[in-house]
Amino acid sequence: MKQSAAAPEQRDIDVERAQLTDALAETWKTPSGLWGALATVDHKIIGRRYIFTAFVFLALGGVLAALMRIQLAQPEARLLGPDRYNQIFTMHGANMMFLFAVPVMEAVAVYLVPLMVGTRNIAFPRLNAFSYWIYLAGGALLWIAFALDMGPDVGWFAYVPLSGPQYGTGKRADIWAQMITFTEISALAVAVEFVVTIFKQRAPGMTLDRIPVFVWAMLVTSFLVIMAMPAIVLASTSLILDRLVGTHFYNPAEGGDVLLWQHLFWFFGHPEVYIIFLPAVGMVSTMIEPFARRPTFGYLGLVMALIATGILAFGLWVHHMFVAGLPRLGDSFFTASSMAIAIPAGIQIFCWLATLWDGRPVFKSPLLFIIGFIVTFVIGGLTGVMVASVPFDTQVHDTYFVVAHFHYVLIGGAVFPLLGAIHYWFPKLTGRMMSEALGQWSFWLIFVGFNATFFPMHILGLEGMPRRIYTYQPDLPWHGLNLFVSLSAVILTAGFLLFFINVMRSARFGEIALDNPWDAPTLEWATTSPPPSYNFAMIPVVGSLHPLWDDRDGLPVADGLRTDRRELIVTTLATAEPQAREASPQNSIWPLWAAIATTIMLIWSIFSPWAVVWGSIPAAVALIGWFWPKGTPEDES
Amino acid sequence: MLAAPLAGCGGNWQSALDVYGSSAISLKHLIILIVAVCSLVWMLVLIALIAALWRSRDARPVSPEPGRERRMTIAVTGAVVATVLIIGTFTVMSFVATRALTVAGQDDLTIRVRGLQWWWGLEYIGPDPSSRFETANEIHIPVGRKVRLELEGLDVIHSFWVPSLAGKQDLVPGRPNELTIRAEHAGIYRGQCAEFCGMQHAHMALLVIAEPQDDFDKWAATQRQTAAQPADEQTAAGLQTFLAKPCAACHTIRGTAAVGTTGPDLTHVGNRRTIAAGLFETTRGSLAAWIADPQTIKPGNNMPMVPLTPDELRAVSAYLASLK
Repeated sequence: MKQSAAAPEQRDIDVERAQLTDALAETWKTPSGLWGALATVDHKIIGRRYIFTAFVFLALGGVLAALMRIQLAQPEARLLGPDRYNQIFTMHGANMMFLFAVPVMEAVAVYLVPLMVGTRNIAFPRLNAFSYWIYLAGGALLWIAFALDMGPDVGWFAYVPLSGPQYGTGKRADIWAQMITFTEISALAVAVEFVVTIFKQRAPGMTLDRIPVFVWAMLVTSFLVIMAMPAIVLASTSLILDRLVGTHFYNPAEGGDVLLWQHLFWFFGHPEVYIIFLPAVGMVSTMIEPFARRPTFGYLGLVMALIATGILAFGLWVHHMFVAGLPRLGDSFFTASSMAIAIPAGIQIFCWLATLWDGRPVFKSPLLFIIGFIVTFVIGGLTGVMVASVPFDTQVHDTYFVVAHFHYVLIGGAVFPLLGAIHYWFPKLTGRMMSEALGQWSFWLIFVGFNATFFPMHILGLEGMPRRIYTYQPDLPWHGLNLFVSLSAVILTAGFLLFFINVMRSARFGEIALDNPWDAPTLEWATTSPPPSYNFAMIPVVGSLHPLWDDRDGLPVADGLRTDRRELIVTTLATAEPQAREASPQNSIWPLWAAIATTIMLIWSIFSPWAVVWGSIPAAVALIGWFWPKGTPEDES
Repeated sequence: MLAAPLAGCGGNWQSALDVYGSSAISLKHLIILIVAVCSLVWMLVLIALIAALWRSRDARPVSPEPGRERRMTIAVTGAVVATVLIIGTFTVMSFVATRALTVAGQDDLTIRVRGLQWWWGLEYIGPDPSSRFETANEIHIPVGRKVRLELEGLDVIHSFWVPSLAGKQDLVPGRPNELTIRAEHAGIYRGQCAEFCGMQHAHMALLVIAEPQDDFDKWAATQRQTAAQPADEQTAAGLQTFLAKPCAACHTIRGTAAVGTTGPDLTHVGNRRTIAAGLFETTRGSLAAWIADPQTIKPGNNMPMVPLTPDELRAVSAYLASLK
């Protein structure tokens, strides 16, 4: 590293502890006020924003679900017409997948991964800020369109020809496709940040076999995002081209192919499920340790299971197309691969059971959510094995059986761990504990309400109720169970309301949290709750997989970083040996300008292809501003 | 036997668990077997979970101890091997059952099923061109005979699903598919579009009526005939109105000047049990209500409201009801 000769350097070893933290706080601070908030690149502030926004979308999506349950509580109800209902179920799916489930997992990781690997900020922090603004803009686009009665109404999967130019008139399908573009950009940006952060910014000594399982899960997830997103980029772009400039990618009359869409969509869409699920199981593997009071059993097996799931995830998209008329022999290959994913899932379940078996469980709300997760996710996994069988699937495909299945996987398998994670990491996020009593109440309401709401849907599906119908005729034998489901949804809603109340109350009045309230073993608990802007005054050095359990007298630290500019340690990929001091970017408003310019271009391009030409000019200006050398300390190196 | 009322014919009439077709019967066996095995697996996991949490009540040392770790490794490995065996068995079973689904022999009864927003067009293709005829939304089949369905989506993707007879198969524009069904018992089986196809996806039903070969032959013979001539003054006026108003531009009534193909063939509409793709039982009243205001009854469907005087409406509905 070449240093500029003129500037006198200030290193952390030169100063006393109090001066050190003062100097670091000055260097890493986010100025107060609106400008500071808009220009910040602190991964903790952006992570908290991300989490908050994702939960707002969860609540909005929940309202849509409640509307659908009221409509379906009785046959031929007139609360919602078909047009509004089709928008609502499309919005519910698109919102929950693209604006809640994927972003919330990334959001939690944006906050936690840099802390868990012991660094001061995420890699490419300005890109991180940009990704949040783009995500917010995509979410706003979708919801504003819905408020204007322009919400997409073609399903979250937007099958052509229904979403094509001939049958999807108006701009509704374009809103869907362009919302996808926003979430693609933000997800890809975050994925790149994680890969670099996890590969190059781990604390010295954090070799590959000392990485917390949650961080491994985010690494695998990030590769999934990077490899799956191009398929949906291609799919949604060609859909927009079909709709806007009259290409015929999906028009069978002109040599296009409607099944091409399904292949491209599910080549992305199935890994998407694991993009949601893998972070969740990573959370479980990490959270279970302090509550079982022992290390997670089978670290190597768990990590290998994550990687195996990530690879298999790309080999089973066709199980969404078992009744589309593809060759049956080919279908059978995808039956085998879809069933095979039960093996890594099984390995993880068995390892958690062994951990609990040998441990001394502490029944706090995070552990309750983990137990609820195991009970419900196993059901979702087993129904997944069922629908993986082609003949079985021909009866339940596109019925409420599948609705039940994927809610068991996504709520049981991902939202339960997420809620556990919020209870668990809340003290680190806010400096306050969540109420344990309210946490246990909300767990039981959600657990009972969830199962009572979604289990009967298996039966409804087998009794012949298709998905995505806005009503059903009174002579069909479904109204009893549908009414039961709708009433049970009230319990589920009450559980979520209680959870939100708990979060809001605890954020203001909760008990002040210690640095490590759960006596957990991973690095994020080595700093204060909430952490200072610079995360760690001195970068910890890691000697084991459970540094805080194995070094109870305090962690060794690495020194030599400058305090007068933002610096962090870059380490080698496999063995995490210190390699270099690397400058970390200052706060900047340019990511926001770039996001605004990109937003204008993308929304404009719904209406005119020329937007891509003229709209790229402001985007280019913003990017030039973003990367222009401004003589800031980071430019020195 | 076929006089069973449409609704509440006892039990489910659109259910994968209440089955009367050869394919659906074998699928039900497979479903029950897989669900039983999976339920057992779930219960074993649950027992292990409860046992693990129960054990925890006695305090033990926290640090992992090599002997226990080894025993746990053996237990976990055993469970994974069991998983692999179950999964492998399911895959083989599923493969065998899949092969059974695809067996479609040469059979003389072929029906072309066309999916449209939001009704089913049907064309019976017999051994010779003279036995060919068109109808809609109500499939008659002889009991105990294999029937080959040629499935074709004409606008968007639909999915043909009569769960009591067979699993579903999509109707994909530009890619014809096939499905073989065989009813083992006479009866009326309801089916419904299973792939989201737009506004009225919820109201795109059809009936399959399985009847003895003789009854089927009689029905087919009736269907091949042109429409019944109006028998009285009112029905004659109804035909006149039908031809004079836009109705004839979209609907065919064989034997008259109405040759439109946008909507269902109405040659024997009075003979069908339901109208509007399974929405109502066919009566003069329901026909009149439908014609008077199709957009309120089935919002978004492609039939416009045609302004008619009350007399015209009565005449048209009487005429259509008379088309047995």
